[in-house]
Amino acid sequence: MPRLDEDPFLTPPIITGGTPMKANKTGHWRSARPVIHDDKCTGCMLCWKFCPEACVTIEGDRPKIHLDWCKGCAVCVEECPADAMSLEDEEGA
Amino acid sequence: MRKTLMGNHAAAVAVRLARTGVVAAYPITPQTQVVEALAEMKATGEFPGRFVRVESEHSAMACLVGAAQAGARTFTATSSQGLAYMHEMLHWVSGARLPVVMAEVNRALGAPWILWTDQTDSLAQRDTGWLQFYCSTNQEILDATLIAYRVAEELLLPVMVCYDGFTLSHTYEPVDVPDQALVDRYLPPIQYPYALDIKEPRAFSALPKPQEYFRLRRRMDADMQRAQEEVAVAEEEFAELFGRRYSAVEGYQAEDAEVLLVTSGAPASTALDAVDRLRAKGLKAGNLRIRQFRPFPTAQLRRFLRPGVKLAVVDRNYSMGHHGIFCEEIKSALYAMPNPPQVFGYVAGLGGGDITPELLCEAWEDCAAGRGDLNAPVWLEDSR
Amino acid sequence: MLEIRFHGRGGQGTVLAAKMLADAVLRSGRGECMAIPEFGVERRGAPVLAYARISDGPIRVRSRIYFPDAVVVLDPLLSLSPLVVAGLKPGGAVVANSDKSAEELAVGRPGFRWYPVPAKEIALRHGLGSKTSPMVNTAICGALVAALQVADFPALEAAIRESVPVKFDQNVAAAREGYEAVLRSNAAA
Repeated sequence: MPRLDEDPFLTPPIITGGTPMKANKTGHWRSARPVIHDDKCTGCMLCWKFCPEACVTIEGDRPKIHLDWCKGCAVCVEECPADAMSLEDEEGA
Repeated sequence: MRKTLMGNHAAAVAVRLARTGVVAAYPITPQTQVVEALAEMKATGEFPGRFVRVESEHSAMACLVGAAQAGARTFTATSSQGLAYMHEMLHWVSGARLPVVMAEVNRALGAPWILWTDQTDSLAQRDTGWLQFYCSTNQEILDATLIAYRVAEELLLPVMVCYDGFTLSHTYEPVDVPDQALVDRYLPPIQYPYALDIKEPRAFSALPKPQEYFRLRRRMDADMQRAQEEVAVAEEEFAELFGRRYSAVEGYQAEDAEVLLVTSGAPASTALDAVDRLRAKGLKAGNLRIRQFRPFPTAQLRRFLRPGVKLAVVDRNYSMGHHGIFCEEIKSALYAMPNPPQVFGYVAGLGGGDITPELLCEAWEDCAAGRGDLNAPVWLEDSR
Repeated sequence: MLEIRFHGRGGQGTVLAAKMLADAVLRSGRGECMAIPEFGVERRGAPVLAYARISDGPIRVRSRIYFPDAVVVLDPLLSLSPLVVAGLKPGGAVVANSDKSAEELAVGRPGFRWYPVPAKEIALRHGLGSKTSPMVNTAICGALVAALQVADFPALEAAIRESVPVKFDQNVAAAREGYEAVLRSNAAA
């Protein structure tokens, strides 16, 4: 096996991530996507409150899901009190 | 100016003189008067830093992770069970390369409930990546705390300043409290190179690849090795400014000694008296005081060892199923010498039993007479 | 080296007495000093020990004191106990909180120099502590400094003002009474 011969001081004391979380698009982790049915949505914003990845924003008086980051966890679908959301297979989308 | 201070107050005064920015501490037992004194100084305005009371020692250290990451000079103090509870965060602080300084009052660990001194608490933190200093006088507690900040901030590694519970922590003796201006010359404001900056947001301590972790650990060890020299430089500059000199290993009557006592902490002070008593009887006695435990001062130790000298290591600490901890560290450090000296282990004063000049003389004479056992420690007690 | 052992009860300020003595020695420029508490479980009323060392040169020994040159007893009942002179060197001084005379205290405990001081009465007269728990440590310190001649009174006064939390003038006055009580009995002897 090779020895680790490089100068240890070539490694910095710590490694920090220079990219903001916004640049880390996680949308491709998703196998199913949440869909909002406008006819049933009451604009209560519980989906915005519950989204663990903060990828629901408020546009006017309605929520908008940002699919570039949504991992498809479906917490919003589960929590929607108006039954205005469904989970749809990513393959068919 | 010389003042009559207990060891805990000497530590607190050093923290004030260092212009420490954030102190976080759990204020209840086994806490000592170190943070009580700082809280009083905070109340009177003498200490202008932040004082954060937290619900546990674990939280105290976690709080300092945040404060140090934000670029503050930080401090906490603990003891025995409190240090054990803090253990997880000790690894985190060193791995995150945060220059935290902590006063550690050496007290024995339960069960059973116990109050008094014993070094097993801090020596059990051997592998956490902290530098460790062991003090022998209250003056040294103050001085070592200032030196600790210098070294920690140079190396980006945390430092534990350890001292004997009660024997130093609660004992009063004259301590020279240096002028603020002199301390400011020795200890400029902290410049932590990775301080949080909202203009340049970064993610800290995020998941690296195994190869990166491997290299980070190697870099950490390289800095720990570099500490051997950096501590010596900091001690030299301290001596120039303050007139008090310390080194990783300190010899007393060591040049022509046939048997050397090896001691640390407060018993290393008592040992000077024991050596004088033995010398008065015409015996060639000497003492080595191990002041720095991490990084282990192998080279400095070897410089004191003439061929044929025997070492009688007196440990107030123990690793169950093995030996006294200093004894084992010394054996390991000397194994690669061409003709390593014989190292005999003596265990004494666990849980605060008195380590008297008579007990230290007994250890020396036992070793000199060849009654020691290289394979097992001798357990000594002054039963008065 | 002068080695002193203090006997008291929790709540009497025994450890603080040892500290004030050490501080007075330092402030007098009479040498090096060290005050060592013997901590047990800290309870009001339980017997407490403390030690002090005074020396011209650096003090390096950090163990307890087994053969003291002098003993200080802060509690009147403890003053009667044979335990307080255990290990005391022949001719050693005993500064004791007691209403009794030196001759009465020496009965059964010969060969020591006794310095009784009515510290409880002094303390209560100056409003220090309560009848069940008088704060006798400053009166005792005054007597101790006079008996052993290890510090001057202004240095002790400064040490007291630095150490006690309240009633500065009353504590200093109590110390002066203790100091003068020993000087008077020395002059009479």
